[in-house]
Parts: sequence; C-alpha cells; structure tokens
Amino acid sequence: MGDLVLHLDGISKSFGGLSALSNVNLHVEEGTTHAIIGPNGAGKSTLLNVCIGRLKPDSGRVMFDGQELTGKQPHEIAQIGVARVFQTPEIFQEMSLLENVMLPAFAHRDGSFRFNANKLLSKQGEIRDEAEHILEDVGLKDQMMMEGGSLSRGDKRRLELGMCLILHPRLLLLDEPTAGMARHDTNQTIDLLKKIKSRGMTKVIIEHDMHVVFSLADKVSVLARGQIIADGNPDEVREDPKVKEAYLGGTQ
Amino acid sequence: MTDMKKPVLNDMLLLFIFSAVILLMPFWLEPFGAAYPDLLQKFAIYGIFAIGFNILLGLTGYLSFGHAAFLGVGSYAAVWSFKLLTMNVLPAVLFGVLFAGALAAIIGFLSLRRSGIYFSILTLAFAQMSYNLAYSVLTPITNGETGLQLDRSDPRILDRMFSEGEPAAGLPSTDLFGVTMSGYPGFYFCAVILIVCFFISIRIFRSPFGLMLKGIKSNQNRMQYTGLNTRPYMQTAFIISGMFAGLAGSLLAVTDPLAGAERMQWTASGEVVLMTILGGVGTLIGPILGAALIKYFENIFSSFNDTVLEQAFSFLPESVLDVVVPLMGLFVGSGWQLTLGLLFMVVVIFLPGGLVEGFNRIFKFIRSGKKRKGLVEPTQDQASE
Ligand SMILES: Nc1ncnc2c1ncn2[C@@H]1O[C@H](COP(=O)(O)OP(=O)(O)OP(=O)(O)O)[C@@H](O)[C@H]1O
Ligand SMILES: [Mg+2]
Repeated sequence: MGDLVLHLDGISKSFGGLSALSNVNLHVEEGTTHAIIGPNGAGKSTLLNVCIGRLKPDSGRVMFDGQELTGKQPHEIAQIGVARVFQTPEIFQEMSLLENVMLPAFAHRDGSFRFNANKLLSKQGEIRDEAEHILEDVGLKDQMMMEGGSLSRGDKRRLELGMCLILHPRLLLLDEPTAGMARHDTNQTIDLLKKIKSRGMTKVIIEHDMHVVFSLADKVSVLARGQIIADGNPDEVREDPKVKEAYLGGTQ
Repeated sequence: MTDMKKPVLNDMLLLFIFSAVILLMPFWLEPFGAAYPDLLQKFAIYGIFAIGFNILLGLTGYLSFGHAAFLGVGSYAAVWSFKLLTMNVLPAVLFGVLFAGALAAIIGFLSLRRSGIYFSILTLAFAQMSYNLAYSVLTPITNGETGLQLDRSDPRILDRMFSEGEPAAGLPSTDLFGVTMSGYPGFYFCAVILIVCFFISIRIFRSPFGLMLKGIKSNQNRMQYTGLNTRPYMQTAFIISGMFAGLAGSLLAVTDPLAGAERMQWTASGEVVLMTILGGVGTLIGPILGAALIKYFENIFSSFNDTVLEQAFSFLPESVLDVVVPLMGLFVGSGWQLTLGLLFMVVVIFLPGGLVEGFNRIFKFIRSGKKRKGLVEPTQDQASE
C-alpha cells in the first residue's frame, strides 16, 4: 500500500439551502487511480471544485502531500502540482492547439510573475517541442495549427488533457474525461491514461462510463446526495447493494 | 494562423514598411491635404496613445475608460519639466512617462480588483476624479482652468546653468539639443518615437508575456488553474499601457507646450477607445490606423461651416439648399462628433474587427477571385461563395 497523498477531511458544502456535500471523507493513495462515481447532481464536480480552490468548503479541509489546500488560491494549488480537466472544457477557443498546450507551460513556469515581454515566442523551442510531443500523445498533432474552438467536444477534452499533462502534475483530476467521445476515442483515451499511470501520477477520475472505471480504477468511491456511501476495490463496490440502490434511486 | 508560425523576418519587414510609411507621410499625404506638421504630429502622437491602449484592450480584453488621465499627467509632467529644468524635450518625455506610469500603478492596483464593466467604471471614476482635482484642488500644480503654460520668469535651472547672457525675448521653444521641436522636426521626433513604440508593441505581441495576456483574455479561469497569478501580469500590462499614454501626453506638450485639464476629460478617454476599435482591436496596425483616420476626419469635418457647405452645394436650387445646408451643418464643425458616432456605429455593426478586418476581407476576396479565374468552369457553389 502506498502513502496517502490526498486527504479530504469532513468536507461540507451547501448552496443556499441545498446541501451538495456533507461530511465527505476521501483518501487517495499515491500513484493510484481513484474513481468517483455517482448519479447526476451527487456533488462530484463540487468535490473537485473544492480541491482546486474554485469553491471554499463550509467546513472540513483538503490536504495534499502534507500541505493544506483549503484557503489557497487556485493558482497556488496549481503550482503545488494539482491539475484538472473540467466537465465543460476550459480551453483557449481562439488559439491554435499548439498555443493551447504551450501556454499552460509558460503560465506554470512564470506563474508568480516573470517579466518575459522581451523574449520571443519563436525562440521557446523546448516548450514547443514538448507541446508537439504531447499533442502527438493525445492524438491531435495533425491538427495543431487549427483553432481550439473548432474541435469537437471529445477532441476538446483531449486537448485539455494535453494542457494538463504539460504541467507534469502530481495529482490529476479528471471530470468525465470521455464524455462526448465515440467508443474508439474513449478506448484511445483509456490507453493514454493507462500510459500516464505507469509514470506514477496520482489520478482522481469522475466517470459515468463503467467500462472506463473498471479498466482504470484501483479504488472506487461512490458519492450519492453529497455523501460517500461506498468505498473500495472496483469489484467490491460493484456488488454493494447500497450502490445499486443509490443508482436506481438517484436516476429515477 | 498562429503568431508562432510567422517568422521573425516578417515582423522585421513589417517594421521596415511601417517606418517608411510613417517617415514619408509628409510626401504621400500631400494629395490628401494632410501634409502639414500640426496634423502629422497628431497622427504620430495619437498613434502612440492607441498602441498603448491596445496593449491593454487588445491583449487582455480589459476596457479602460480612464486613459485620458495618463495622457493629462504626461502633459503636466512635461510642461513642469520645461518650466523647472530645461526646454530640452528628453527630460520632459522621461518625466511624462514616469509620472503616468506611477499613476497607472495606483489606478491599476485599485481597478484591477474587478473585471468587465466594473473595471471600466472604476477606471472612468478615477479619471474623472483626476480631472476634477486638476480643475480645483490641484490648481497650484495645474493652474486650473487657464491651464499650465510657460512663463518668461520660469526658473529652468539647467538651461540657466549652461547658458550665459540674457535670455531671448519672448517665450523659449522646446528643443532637442538646439533643434526646435515644432513644425517638421517636431513631427520627425514624434515619428521616430512612434516607430520605437510600434517595435515594442510587436515584441510584446510575440512574447510569452503577450501570449499570457491573450490567455487571460481568452480564458482567465484556465490561466489560474494552470498556476498563473494573473494580477501582476494585468498590473504590468496596465502600467505599460499607461506609460504609452503618458508618453503621448508629453509629446503633446513637446509640440505645443501647454497642458490643460480638459485633456483628462472622459471624452478623451472615449476617443482612444474609438480609435482602437475602429482600426481593429488586438491587431498591430489597426489602432494606429484608427487614430490617424479619426484625427484626419476631425480635421476636415470640424473645419467645415455653413459657408463652406453653401459653396459646396451651390449647384442645388435655393429651396433645396435651405434644407440641405442646415441639415448637413449638424454633422460638421463642432457637430463632427455626430459623424464620428455614425461612422463608429457602421464599423461596429458591419466590421466588428475594425478596418483591419475590412482590409483582410477585401484581400481574401481578391485572392479568391484570382483563384476562380484559374478554374475552367466555376461550379455554382464556388461562385456563390
Ligand atoms: N455554483 C453552484 N451554485 C449553486 N448550486 C450548485 C453549484 N454547483 C453545483 N450546484 C448544485 O450542487 C449539486 C451538485 O452538483 P455537482 O455539479 O457537483 O454534481 P455532479 O455530481 O458533478 O453531477 P453531474 O454528474 O451532472 O456532473 C447539484 O444539485 C447542483 O445543482
Ligand atoms: Mg459534474
């Protein structure tokens, strides 16, 4: 068993009267892929929002590798090594795919501020090479001069994955990375994520597609109505009667 | 196309052509009746103002409605440099840039806490505050309504130190090591600075810094979630942009050494917004084009009056003339802003990318026309494209 790298302690969050998360505890081991599943509106995306500093929890705390993330700014959390692929792709619509992937590398490198207005982009060969390499990995190299906005939904997700990979994150949070993809592309993405896994990055993945979950996850947590109702190996969780019930109850 | 694909060579070519066009303005603008120093100086100065404004609006997407404050501060600083130190223009320009940069640091620090319309309103409020201060409380510095002017009794410490004998009668004129900075020399001084500014702007657009500013415009969230602290970048862009405005303001004082509070009024802030949008936000050349065009038309339209109109339309019968002349009169002279407003509306509605987009479309149209000629039989589809 590896060390715990991500710890969520008693996270609660409500929007007005609606309780989106109540007392959520989650422990993710270093180097593993941890899937979070659950019906629509269960609070899965909200949980990731709390992790990356987009939302402040009402109570509880998030620890990553011994550091507390709660209360930190999003850019600080990103600098610590947490990256995220969003449910609705967050890319640079008007820029080329190459720029889309290069830009995060600059942002990460010069995040807290470096006056690099006197440097030329055309001289940033190293980052460009790496960006091209990553575009090849995510299968978008041929289109690298196209605009981000012109991609299909599935391709935008792959692009966003590329934008996260160039950051070399230690923790990668993926919010339904294969939604909107055709079967073939989904399988490709699974292969890609497996490849990353062998590089020892910790991943938290939210998925509806059970095929994806069972091909990738080492551990699965089930979230329903803001609470973790089951936790464990994929096979255990699959057989859990509470989970079956939650899924039926939640999607009614 | 991406910025990275364009080889550096292209930018050098662009800079070269740009320099040639600017420096030769006195010649090729002759047929348009625009080749006289006063107007040429304005082209260059407002070109600088617009380039700087575009670094903020074009790259980051933040719309400031208060850039006139920096223009005004640049002018005041320059005139004070003439009064206290020397009539040499270099210190004046330097102080104009520095003071505007300092004011931009303060206003930027306060306004950049918000984005979108709130940012615009904050900048507008700060600029109006500066304007009102210049009119009232700060009268000892700004000379209030009269405006800050040169005086024969000004100390001009440096000039007095180096020149012996009695100062010449009348007010001294601004100079660059002996060359008087009015007329054509004044224009060429502004033109050289404009070219330098254009070069700086190209470099910023092609730098990682510029790309990051574009990233902030395109998706500020994504920039933050990849680890960029956007505030210092925005602050820097705002200060650079304010310094360009201060530079333009100081050059206004170089070519005509007086400074008044009206230079800080919101109409002046609005004007630079119009120039940039008219020419093409986020393009390198657009803002300069917009600035020149607005100054050119302002010059033409505001010089018209009813007598000129009557002469122009004298071929019409009297009864028609009585209707046409007052009607047209609304759009010229002091009412020329009405024309400007109409022009602006037309551009924003039909060419949201400004004149540069217009030229691009024409260029594409011509190119596709050539291609079509090359085909033996154009199909229906291609012809209607
Ligand atoms: N910013 C917000 N303001 C108000 N309510 C919100 C906000 N974000 C989420 N919610 C609500 O919180 C609940 C949980 O939302 P969340 O997006 O976390 O669900 P999810 O599990 O990701 O669902 P899905 O599978 O549809 O993505 C939902 O009822 C949602 O409407
Ligand atoms: Mg969600």
